Amino acid sequence: MAIKEVNALQEIILKKLTAYLQTKSIDSPIVIGIHTGGVWLAKKLHAQLSQKGIVNEPLGTLDISFYRDDFTRAGLNPKVKPSDFPVSTEDRHVVLVDDVLMSGRTIRAAMNVVFEYGRPASITLVTLLDLNAAELPIKADITGQQLSLNRNQRVKLTGPDNLKLTIKTLSTQAN
Amino acid sequence: MSLLITGGRIIDPANQVDTFADIYLSGGKVAAIGDQASAFQARQTIDATGLVICPGFVDLYFYIPEPGYEQKGTVESETKAAAAGGVTSLCCPPATSPIIDSPSIATSIQKLASQSGYGRIWPIGAMTMGLKGAQLSEMATLKKAGCIGVTNMRYPFDNTRVLLRCLEYAASQDMTAFLQSIDLFLEQDGCVHNGPFSTRLGLPGIPETAETVALARDLLLVEQTGVRAHFSQLSTAKSVDMIADAQAKGLNITADVCIHHLLSTDECIEDFNCLYHIQPPLRDKADRQRLREGVSDGVLIAISSQHQPHETAAKMAPFAETAPGISGVETLLPLALELVDNGMFDLSTMIARLTCGPAGAANINAGNIGVGQRADICIFDPKERWLLSGETLHSKGKNTPHLNTMLKGRVRYTLVKGRRVFQS
Amino acid sequence: MGLAAIKDSSNIQLTDNGQLRHFLSIEGLPKALLTEILDTADSFISMEQQSVKKVPLLRGKTVVNLFFEPSTRTRITFELAAKRLSADVLNLNISTSATSKGETLLDTLKNLEAMASDMFVVRHSQSGAAHFIAEKVTPNIAIINAGDGRHAHPTQAMLDMLTVRRHKGDFKQLSVAIVGDILHSRVARSLIQAFTTLGVPDLRVIAPNTLLPVNVDALGLRVFNRMADGLKDVDVVIMLRLQYERMQTALLPSQHEFYQLYGLTRDKLKYAKPDAIVMHPGPINRGVEISSDVADGKQSVILDQVSNGIAVRMAVMSMAMSGQMTQQSDALKRLGDEQ
Repeated sequence: MAIKEVNALQEIILKKLTAYLQTKSIDSPIVIGIHTGGVWLAKKLHAQLSQKGIVNEPLGTLDISFYRDDFTRAGLNPKVKPSDFPVSTEDRHVVLVDDVLMSGRTIRAAMNVVFEYGRPASITLVTLLDLNAAELPIKADITGQQLSLNRNQRVKLTGPDNLKLTIKTLSTQAN
Repeated sequence: MSLLITGGRIIDPANQVDTFADIYLSGGKVAAIGDQASAFQARQTIDATGLVICPGFVDLYFYIPEPGYEQKGTVESETKAAAAGGVTSLCCPPATSPIIDSPSIATSIQKLASQSGYGRIWPIGAMTMGLKGAQLSEMATLKKAGCIGVTNMRYPFDNTRVLLRCLEYAASQDMTAFLQSIDLFLEQDGCVHNGPFSTRLGLPGIPETAETVALARDLLLVEQTGVRAHFSQLSTAKSVDMIADAQAKGLNITADVCIHHLLSTDECIEDFNCLYHIQPPLRDKADRQRLREGVSDGVLIAISSQHQPHETAAKMAPFAETAPGISGVETLLPLALELVDNGMFDLSTMIARLTCGPAGAANINAGNIGVGQRADICIFDPKERWLLSGETLHSKGKNTPHLNTMLKGRVRYTLVKGRRVFQS
Repeated sequence: MGLAAIKDSSNIQLTDNGQLRHFLSIEGLPKALLTEILDTADSFISMEQQSVKKVPLLRGKTVVNLFFEPSTRTRITFELAAKRLSADVLNLNISTSATSKGETLLDTLKNLEAMASDMFVVRHSQSGAAHFIAEKVTPNIAIINAGDGRHAHPTQAMLDMLTVRRHKGDFKQLSVAIVGDILHSRVARSLIQAFTTLGVPDLRVIAPNTLLPVNVDALGLRVFNRMADGLKDVDVVIMLRLQYERMQTALLPSQHEFYQLYGLTRDKLKYAKPDAIVMHPGPINRGVEISSDVADGKQSVILDQVSNGIAVRMAVMSMAMSGQMTQQSDALKRLGDEQ
C-alpha cells in the first residue's frame, strides 16, 4: 500500500484534530511532541494551532528513554534529550504527538512522563501513521493514515527538514 | 626385584652419559648399563623407546606443609606429587609448625617420607631457634638428624651480627648455609616487582635492591666466614652478576633459580592473577633473560620448583592478601623443556640443573645413576602433550596458573630404589 | 610499554557485545564507552534541572553499598544516585580489621548474593578487590568500584572528566596537571587512564620523587618536581589530597614543606593559564595541598565536581545494570536454544 506524502498527512491531521477538539469542547490544550520524530511533527502542528488561536502556550517535548520497558535489554540511549515542559500538565488537556504508532510501548512510557509532571485532564493521541500493530490497548485518537506492513518491514520518518517517510525491509537474518 | 629398562636414551650428566642404552636395576640399585645390562634376565621390563632416562630430580626448595599445615598438603600427598613430577629427592625448608629447629621434627618428617614410600626428604633446618633471628640453632644436632643445611628463610635477624655468628658457627660445623637474601625494610609490604605493572595496578612493589642490597651483604659475610653457602631462588639480573663475580673470585657458593622465574615475568600479574603471586616476585624480561643465561652457563647450578601447595581459600582474596606460592612440582619438567625447545640450553644441561647440579649444591648423594648408585630414576617423554587437570594434578594444592592448560613433556615413570612409585 | 600493551582484561567489565556490565577501572575501556558515560551523565544533569528528579530505571533492583573502608561522602552520593534511579538501597559498613582478611570478604559476599542483590558498590583497602569480587565471587552481580586500594576510583575519574568537558569542551586541546601523592592515589591512576584514553595530548604529574610510583612516565605523561615548571600554561590543575593516613614514614619531611613546594596558592596558580580551572577530588586539606582562597576562588570548580558526581554515578549504575541483564538474558536464551 502506498504511503501518502508527509505534507498531505499533516493536512489531514490538522483538519481531523481541529474538528475533534471542537467536538470534545477541549479548550486551550498543551501540545507535547515525543522525541525525535514526534517533536518534528509537533512543531508544525503547534504553529498551525497557535495561528488558529486554539493553542496559546509554548510547545512541550519529552524523551521516553528513562521510562522504556526494555532498557535492561537494549541499554540506555546516551543521547537522551531532556524533557521540556514549559507548562505544568496538572488539570490540563494534553495533545500528545508522535510519528508512528506501532506496539504502543512508546506511548505508554510517554504517558508515564506526562503524569510525572502533573495529572492531566485528558490526553489526545495524534500520530502520523497507525500500523495496526499495537501490543497494548492503546489507540491513536487522530491519525493521518492507517497502514499494514509485513513482519520484516519498518517505516521511518526522516528530518528535521523535508520530512519524509520511507519503508525499510529488514534482511531476513536481522532481528 | 629386578627391572630392565630398554630402548631409552640415558642422560646422566653426573657421569657424562648421553647415550641410547639399556639399564638394569637390581636390589634397589643400578646394576648395569649398556650391553652388560641387556644380558640380564629381569623380572620386569619397561620399554622406554622414545623416552629419556635420567636420575630422579633433586629439588632444592620444596615446601612440605606437614606438620602444622595439613590443609595445604601432607608428606604423603606432596611426595606423591613430587614423584609425578619426576622428583625423587626433595629439600624442604623449616616452614613447618613446629619448625625444624629440633632433631625430632627433622627425624619425623624423614620417617613420614619413607613410610609414604615416594621420594626422599632432605630437610633444611632452621638457622635460629624458632626462626626468630636471635639465638643460634643446634646445627650439629640437626645435621646428625639428617638436615643438609640451615636457613632462616626470609625471616629477619635481630641484627647483622647475629647473621655473622650463624654463618661462622655453620662453617665450623660444616653445615651449608641456605640463604634467601632479602632486605625486609626495602621489601616493606610489597607483593610484586616494583615496575610498570605494579604502578598500573596500584600494588605495593618490591624493588630489586630489596634482594641485591641483602645479597651484597650476605656475600661479604660468606667471604668473611668461609661458610659454604647456597643462595636460594634469585630473581634479579644483578643478583646473577653478583654471584658470577663472587664465584670468579673463588667463593664457595652456589645458587639456584625457581623454574617460574625462568618462564614468567611481572606481566603475568596484569589482571591481578594471584596464581602468579610468589616470593621473590616475578620480575621483568631483562631479569628473566639474565637468569636464563645464568642457568645456561652454570652460574646458577640448579633449577628448583619452589613447590608450595595451598588450600583454595589462601588464594581467594584480593591479590595482596593471598598467600604467595605456586604448586609447581608437576610442571617443573614441561616448563624446563620449554627452555630447551627455545634453544636456551640443551637437554643434557637441563637435566644437569635438575640432578647433579642441585645434588652438588646440597652436598647429598643423589642425582646420579651410575653403576652402584641408588636407583632413583625418572623416565620421561619429552614430546608428549597432556592436559594438566584436576585429575592429573596430584598435589593437594591446586594453586597453579597452568591448571587446565596443555603441557609438553611428561613424566612416564618414576622409580625410587628401583621400584615404580609413579606411572602416568 | 604504554597503554598499547594492555592485555584485554577489560573483557571482564564488558558483555559480549561491548556493553558495560561491571565498572571496575578505566583501564581497558574504549574511548567510545567513556564518552557514552559522559553523555548519559549529561542527560541526567539536565533531568535534574527539571522538577522531576527520579526515574524508574532501577525500580525493583537492590543496590548494596559495601564499604570496607569508611567513607561518608562517596557512599552518600552513591546512595542518592541509586535512589534517584528508584532502586532499593542497602548500606553495609564493614570495617576491615587487621586480621580478618579474605575469608570475611568471601563469606560476606556469598551471604549477600544469597539475598538476591543486583548490584554491589564496593570500596576496599586492597588493590584488585573489585576485580576479585567480579571475577571470583559474584560474576552475576554488577560490581561498581568505589575505590580499591591504590588501584582505581573510576567513578571519581569520570565525574572529573565530565567537569573538565563541561568547562573546557574538547579534550584534544588540553594541558592537564595532577599534583600530589600520586604513589598512593587511586584517583590519580584512574585520572591518568581516563585523560589518556580521551586523548589529552599534554598530561603531567607534579610531585617529589618519594610520592611518584616507579615507571610512572610509562603511563604516557610528563613528570615534574617543581610547580613552576609543571603548571606552566596548563588548562586544568587537579590537586590530590595528601593522604596522611596511607603514608608510611619517611616520604615527606613535613606538611609545612609540602605546602611550600606543592601547595596550590594564588601565586602558584599564576603559572597556569589565566582561565585554568582548579579541581580536587576532596575532601580538601586547606593549607596543606591548597590554600583557602584558591579553593573558594573563581577558578575553583570543586563544587561542580560534587554535583556532577551524582549524575555520573547514575549513568554508570544504569549502564552496568542494563549490561548485566542483557548478558544474563542472552545466556538464558542461548541455554534455551541449546535445549
